Amino acid sequence: MLGELPLDINLKHCKACGICYAICPRKALAGDKLGKVYMSDPDKCTKCGICEAHCPDYVIFVRRDKK
Amino acid sequence: MTVNKARLIQGNQACAEGAIAAGVTFFAGYPITPSTEIAEIMSEELPKIGGKFIQMEDEIGSMACILGASLTGKKVLTASSGPGISLKQEAIGYASMAEIPCVIVNVQRLGPSTGGPTSTAQGDIMQARWGTHGDHPIIALCPATVKECFDLTVKAVNFAEKFRTPVYVLLDEIIGHMREKVILPNKEDIEIVDRKRPSTKPGDYKPYRTDESLIPEMADYGTGYKWHVTGLHHDETGFPTTKPALVEKLMNRLMSKLDKYKEEILLWQEESTDDAEVLIVAYGSTARSALDAVEKLREAGIKVGLFRPITIWPFPEEALARLAANVKGVIVPEMNYGQLYLEVERICKDKCKTSGLFKANSEPITPDEIIAKVREVL
Amino acid sequence: MRPDLQELFRMEKLPHIWCPGCGHGIIMRAIAEAIKESGIDMDKTVIVSGIGCSSRAPGYMNFDTCHTIHGRALAFATGIKLANPELNVFVITGDGDATAIGGNHFIHAARRNIDLNVILFNNNIYGMTGGQYSPLTPTGSKATTSPYGNVERNFDIPTLAIAAGASYVGRGTAYHDKLLKDLIIAGINNKGFSLIEAISMCPTSFGRRNKLGNAAKMLELQKTAAINVKAAQKLPPEKLEGKFLIGELHNKPAPEFTEEYDKLIAKLRKEAEQ
Repeated sequence: MLGELPLDINLKHCKACGICYAICPRKALAGDKLGKVYMSDPDKCTKCGICEAHCPDYVIFVRRDKK
Repeated sequence: MTVNKARLIQGNQACAEGAIAAGVTFFAGYPITPSTEIAEIMSEELPKIGGKFIQMEDEIGSMACILGASLTGKKVLTASSGPGISLKQEAIGYASMAEIPCVIVNVQRLGPSTGGPTSTAQGDIMQARWGTHGDHPIIALCPATVKECFDLTVKAVNFAEKFRTPVYVLLDEIIGHMREKVILPNKEDIEIVDRKRPSTKPGDYKPYRTDESLIPEMADYGTGYKWHVTGLHHDETGFPTTKPALVEKLMNRLMSKLDKYKEEILLWQEESTDDAEVLIVAYGSTARSALDAVEKLREAGIKVGLFRPITIWPFPEEALARLAANVKGVIVPEMNYGQLYLEVERICKDKCKTSGLFKANSEPITPDEIIAKVREVL
Repeated sequence: MRPDLQELFRMEKLPHIWCPGCGHGIIMRAIAEAIKESGIDMDKTVIVSGIGCSSRAPGYMNFDTCHTIHGRALAFATGIKLANPELNVFVITGDGDATAIGGNHFIHAARRNIDLNVILFNNNIYGMTGGQYSPLTPTGSKATTSPYGNVERNFDIPTLAIAAGASYVGRGTAYHDKLLKDLIIAGINNKGFSLIEAISMCPTSFGRRNKLGNAAKMLELQKTAAINVKAAQKLPPEKLEGKFLIGELHNKPAPEFTEEYDKLIAKLRKEAEQ
């Protein structure tokens, strides 16, 4: 279920640059056919926030209040 | 009420004092002959009244600097001459576009290029109108006496604030450096105009929305309005737009906003024009020679009059057209190769003969030269 | 975006105009985070920019903002700060804007030590006009106007700023975003001219032409080529070959221009009273 993902992803603003899934240390993120981000493996996410910090388009927000 | 003492002062000094009397508290400039005295006086006087003076690293920076200061709500001035005014042009266009009040004193010297730094000239008339790229509104005022340097600088500041446009005060070297006896007005007799501040709360503020006045309200930076200023075409929110309809709406307003206030903006002097058969159109220091010529010619029984535009831009077209309809000829003496003449010819050519008396060799046009020209036309 | 940062942005203006993978968005957020964390009054904060890719940033930021003309942001900002020293004034500028057309204002604002927080987005190229070489394009790099490789030498911005008189100088990168934020905060706290060079990346006009790979690869390059100044001090020179320094490069408080001017006003007032 989307609401339970550790990340909030505003896909409308994603420009498919690929930084987030290249930089994710656990490979929890991946690119779809268009190169836009999706959570390929939510269980691997440690909420480290490196994707959020390096997304130039403010697409990703790590939900730190939930597991 | 105290009566001010008569003083012998320069045109440049009168400009500086006029600016301070009008409420200018910020000056940025760069040394250049023949306008430097204005910067020197401002550097001495402004800090005494809590104002700020800065000598910038160049002319472009000076112009940009006063625009920044104006955005904080201060009344601002810069002064320069030929080469410096050329350098300021891009920022002057920005002021027209973003509607940032500012006054630029141009003490004209002989150009082009470095030309004659200490030589008088009136060669920047067309630059004042069209110096920056693109269509834009502008006001230019042209004093002919030291007292008028004071009065018109006050007016220039008021116009800049009221109409949110750059305003030139166009001196020529003679007017800037000439000393005359003047009695300056008392503070309480000077009309001061402030820009319109927002009548709405920050959340409702649209910085370029206008009512029928066509002049938008302007918030001082730092008062919570958080507005955006850009030189790009913008809509009434102030943010960039490329939509043709919105670009046109902005440009139409900018290009017509001064028309609405013509009666207030257009200033001129008429001397002996009632029965004149020949009309001299002259401005700045040349108008002083022209006035002398008129007196001498009248003594000789020749019916000649003077039309002196004080507001050069926008030009007092209707006033001149009315006079031109009743004379045989119009003569335009000016210290350039015929710049304002183009405007006068456009207005008068269907009504009477027009001719120019042009001189740009560093010497002023003398009354005798004007008299000879009038006799030639008659 | 983090909810607590949203009040610092004009959210309705996003997404921004920058290309996919452009580092400017990361740097803009670091600025916002720094402003937020520093606790300065946002109603009394002005952000000024010139012309170029980086200079579009203020349009997205919820402050009094001024998108000026090419090269002149520092001159506008000087007017704003001098006219009202209560304001916190930021300047967002690019490599061409600050060091080519605006080079004169850059050195003189630094010389005055006027209290401005300058964040120079360095993407090594004129991006807005399609990729011409700038004073920060490295020698040998390709641009549309250096098709055979740049013949010119490039500036080192911190060295230039320090020589000109800046009292605080730091360098961060889009990769080292937290360091960048901390440097900007230190710049805010410095009463004087603070210059933070923020190394960005332009995959579209610089990376592609110079075969540096995509945005992620360019970001990786920042990680590997940058070395913190503190770490660098312990390393032999050969280990620093091909690296650039990041961190706090200069911190030397000096009299600040607008404060000095206000002292002059106070002195003249006192003299007038006597």
